[in-house]
Amino acid sequence: MNSAYTPQELMVAVASREIRDADVVFVGMRLPILAYAVARNSHAPSARGLFEVGLMRDQPASGFLGTMGDPPNVTGALWATRMSNAMALMAQGHVDLGFIGGAEVDRFGNLNTSYVGDPRKPAVKLPGSGGGADIAVLSRRWVTLMKHERRRLVERVSFITSPGYGDGSRGWRKRNGLLGGGPVAIITTLGVLRFPEGGGEAYLATVHPGHTIDEVVAQTGWRLQVADGVSETSAPTDAELTAIRQFDPEGFWTNPLVTET
Amino acid sequence: MAQAIERFVPDGATVALGVALEALIPFAAGHEMIRQGRRNLELVGPISDALFDQLIGAGSVRRVTAAWVGNVSEGLGHCYRRACEEGVPSPVEVHDHSNFSISLALWAAAWNVPSLPTRTLLGSDILRTNPNLSVDGDLVYVKAVRPDVAIVHVQRADALGRAHAWGPLGITEEAGLAAGGVIVTCEELVDPEVTLSDPNRILFPETKVVAVVHEPGGAHPSPVQGHFKRDHAFYREYAKQSRSVDGYREWLQTWVIDVPDRASYMKRIDADSLRVTHARPSAPADYGDE
Repeated sequence: MNSAYTPQELMVAVASREIRDADVVFVGMRLPILAYAVARNSHAPSARGLFEVGLMRDQPASGFLGTMGDPPNVTGALWATRMSNAMALMAQGHVDLGFIGGAEVDRFGNLNTSYVGDPRKPAVKLPGSGGGADIAVLSRRWVTLMKHERRRLVERVSFITSPGYGDGSRGWRKRNGLLGGGPVAIITTLGVLRFPEGGGEAYLATVHPGHTIDEVVAQTGWRLQVADGVSETSAPTDAELTAIRQFDPEGFWTNPLVTET
Repeated sequence: MAQAIERFVPDGATVALGVALEALIPFAAGHEMIRQGRRNLELVGPISDALFDQLIGAGSVRRVTAAWVGNVSEGLGHCYRRACEEGVPSPVEVHDHSNFSISLALWAAAWNVPSLPTRTLLGSDILRTNPNLSVDGDLVYVKAVRPDVAIVHVQRADALGRAHAWGPLGITEEAGLAAGGVIVTCEELVDPEVTLSDPNRILFPETKVVAVVHEPGGAHPSPVQGHFKRDHAFYREYAKQSRSVDGYREWLQTWVIDVPDRASYMKRIDADSLRVTHARPSAPADYGDE
């Protein structure tokens, strides 16, 4: 086993550790597909994956997945159905953990995947919500993964596609009728940001091996709070790397040279 | 195909496409719309894996009502970006949804009610930019979206419009019920005795279906359970070429304009390497005979 690993492989390993055994996981595209497979093969053998396309699985797909709708994800599924049925489960609070990809996130965990700049004349038009806003509002807890850059981790997003803790004030989600609990972690290429119990502002919890607190703070677009006793993120174990490479043999998702995060 | 598009997808139509999300995307139908020079279409869908981007780049689209437009395995939709940011080749109006809310918008139309309430989207700025979403108390009201036509690709159908699809369905059923009519394109054209042997699997009432097109490979590069794998490399190549207007035009010329129909298109790809060769049939359901 070559235990050198890419930043994406570390992110997948860290994301997989967010999955608890017996969780129902709303599995998003890209790295979360791998994270689910890794968790299921190690510490979460009775987790279930729910896919918005209209699928539920226990075992991860045996073949490579470019998308959640690929045939190997359907073969051996526990349930192949319509999207509104998967959303129904989430609306009832049956989804323990969701993963959402983002282009921009702010200090209160709000995600923007819609517009950079004025929506009527955007500087950048991003693809949109997909199921992201639904996961953000309805899942019990959620996690986002992102490349750590100042332009991505911003003071306030210009457009909230998927709400985190809104304006950061106490009880914002409850006051606004959001059913789910909100974001619990922002996993980046440099470290892991977490939120205080009950929500609010993200703080630096762990720094990835080979990086420093100063570097993370410098690459963050707001004055990032740092946890007392901030620790180093545990590197991917051999077992985690083996699983990641089994499900992504050609590095389609985890090769940093070709992965557009 | 040409006749079906000619007859049922006029300029200015509201068209639901790609309603099973990443699988069963009716690319052949979309390409025929481009060849026929359709203009001012409103496209309706959940996520769109490349097909909306292609239609937007061709200048066929005036409005997008969807949750996500891009290239699922590659990221951004470059034609979509150019249309929204620079009005190239023409500006596109966007009615943003989430996957849940576009499903509800179609169910509302299917059930013939003005709107449906939901608890999703609270706190999202999508509520500010989409005029068809409104908040009352702790509920979001999603206005009905009624496509003129929904186009679906399926594994098999008969000539009378009974379509069988398997695998996850996304928002296929509500799109078909909401639409004025459904165009079915299929891998296999089968006898009614095949479709009627399993009526649970029929997607829509035959009264909704206005055309059936036998179009093998009509979903390439998207996957078709039991028939074709997803052509990941094709999506990657499209993402690369469509980064520039010139690259996109070249792609369009090669894969759409210079190709008279799907049969010719299929000769240009290595279809055999994508074909599913290991069968895994489901157990038959016994409906009984009394």
